[in-house]
Amino acid sequence: MDYGLVVLIEVLRAIAGLVLISIGLAIIFGMMRIVNIAHGEFLMLGGYTVVLSAKAGINTWVAMLVLAPLVVGLVGVAIERCFIRFLYGRMLDTLLATWGLSLFIVGFVTVVFGNTLEGVSVSVGSFEIGRFRVAGYSLFIILVGAVLLAATVAVLRFTRLGLIARGTMQNPNMAAALGLSPPRIYMVTFGIGAALTGLAGGVLAPITGVVPTMGIAFIAQAFITVITGGAAIVAGTGSASTLLGSVSQLTTFATTPVIGDVALLFIAVVLLRILPQGITGRFFRRSL
Amino acid sequence: MGIDRRGFLKASAASGAMLGASALMPKFATAQGADILVGGLHDETGGLDFAGKPMQQVLGFAVDEINAQGGLLGRKLKLIGADTQSNMQLYASLAQQVALKDKVSVVHGGITSASREVIRPALRRFNTLYFYNTLYEGGVCDRNCFCTGTTPAQTVQKLVPHVMKKWGKKVYTIAADYNYGQITSAWVKKYVEENGGQVLSTDFFPLDVTNFGPTIQKIQAAKPDLVMSVLVGAAHLGFYRQWAAAGMKKQIPIASTTFGAGGTEPILITPEESEGIISCYGYYPTIDTPANKAFKAKVQAKLGAAPPAGNGPLLTELSVCTYEGMMLWAAGVKKAGTLDRMKVIEALESGISLDMPSGKVTIDPVTHHVTRDVYLADLKNREFVILESFAQQPPADTQAVCDLKKNPNENQHYQIKL
Repeated sequence: MDYGLVVLIEVLRAIAGLVLISIGLAIIFGMMRIVNIAHGEFLMLGGYTVVLSAKAGINTWVAMLVLAPLVVGLVGVAIERCFIRFLYGRMLDTLLATWGLSLFIVGFVTVVFGNTLEGVSVSVGSFEIGRFRVAGYSLFIILVGAVLLAATVAVLRFTRLGLIARGTMQNPNMAAALGLSPPRIYMVTFGIGAALTGLAGGVLAPITGVVPTMGIAFIAQAFITVITGGAAIVAGTGSASTLLGSVSQLTTFATTPVIGDVALLFIAVVLLRILPQGITGRFFRRSL
Repeated sequence: MGIDRRGFLKASAASGAMLGASALMPKFATAQGADILVGGLHDETGGLDFAGKPMQQVLGFAVDEINAQGGLLGRKLKLIGADTQSNMQLYASLAQQVALKDKVSVVHGGITSASREVIRPALRRFNTLYFYNTLYEGGVCDRNCFCTGTTPAQTVQKLVPHVMKKWGKKVYTIAADYNYGQITSAWVKKYVEENGGQVLSTDFFPLDVTNFGPTIQKIQAAKPDLVMSVLVGAAHLGFYRQWAAAGMKKQIPIASTTFGAGGTEPILITPEESEGIISCYGYYPTIDTPANKAFKAKVQAKLGAAPPAGNGPLLTELSVCTYEGMMLWAAGVKKAGTLDRMKVIEALESGISLDMPSGKVTIDPVTHHVTRDVYLADLKNREFVILESFAQQPPADTQAVCDLKKNPNENQHYQIKL
């Protein structure tokens, strides 16, 4: 009984982890069709923001929940203005451009901060479930994942900004005819995607530690989750994270973390064979 | 004046020959020149930098010390340091570079056993003497290679009964997933069973795994009396953080064959997270002998205090064995009176013995490993408190399988069979 609960918490944490690392990509890749290979580096920048702020004496929670999304969001806007805005509608070119960008960011951070693992500790404490002790931080990650999904739904569905963003992605010419400025909306949307990614990097930093090359560990999982999810941003990311997260985590419990990763990839491959359009290509089709 | 094809070919052949000759000249010059070159291959950056940086610093310190005493054979030493960046491909190419381009007289280096097995065959092929100065799983049998670190028969054999007597007989092993972790966890199992205990499970983790959540719950479900950590590298430090974050520090104690051996692990995580981890190595900075105190003072005066107070090297088994490896090689060269590889090997095989910071260190001619003092310590507020010491432990594990006297051409890495 208590073991079941503990496994459940770990599975939820794995799902929340996938949601965190892929929600920003779902906006940038799923909505805007930018193949952002530098997504992992956005996560890394979020992590570095937290570690450096903590070193400078700033409260870790402020650094994690405010500074990390802010800094990476601004970096995202700058990148959109300098590179991405010339490449809308040219998917393969965005792949090359963001790949170069990713190499540049890794190199830049290595030169400035060194190729060294840095860590940050947060004290959340732990609690007991029967015979087991669970880290409080696991619950915090689950909470952040759930809040992020809910907030994305709320913004896209119930706010004017969300409506405009969705409309512009569908038909920029029509949006322009209605008096909106598609370039500005693209810029803001890209910035929000980057900010969410920065937040994820910041929240994950205390678990993983940060190192300039850490993005590589996440980029594959993020793309697999978004592609498996399909066209709908929230429903796709949510359902794909749930499926892949629980399969890999339960396999990890039964065997080892390596087999857990293998199981995640295996399920993704099988799924894309059966559902080439992703999960939301067949189920939850009318959702966000 | 026009240039016809024949003239052009002649001219370019001549200039090519001159270029080639001039490129060769400095090579001849260094081969007979003033400085003796010493190669140092350590991971100064990347996931193993916390171990590699102090090793490279201390190797440089040893070179300077030998130079201050007049060098070797009347010549100065010069360190050719190469940063392998925790990357196996770089080990291969940099080993080739220092052996063939720089033509060093000896290479000290390699941290993980995986990296050792990349450069050891290469250096053997290039006839370049190799010193591996890291604690490892034992079993290397190669006349071109000297291993100065401790092996399981020296450390794990002492550590296991000690912690089992203290905490209990049920052990849960977590290990890094490459040759060191695999073989060392087999040794752990052997010693646990010899002492009447039981290994409940052995879990392996690739070096880049950072998420230990499921493992921590699995350990709790198995209810061992102690956890034996054979984890390696910076990513695996996540285990100790997450273990403490789950409040497990007070529930199940940890012993480790690696924690604090390499370098700054105790610095990278908080004192609460590392408190009470018991380990067993060939060197601790807290060894209370005049030789060690003098050594520490010299290193600090030259390179600065150890972190977190300063930027000097952390003195641990890895860095101090690197120093001792360099000193053993220098003693071998002095005895041989030449840099000739075979003559130096023969001199080292005469059983060279030196009084070092860690105690008396003697080369075992049969295995090319060392007999040395071994210590067992508890970590208290980032300080290793030595609980027990064991004088002059031979490398019995390698001695059981390797005899370079009888089979001088052997080139093997023996692994424990269970």
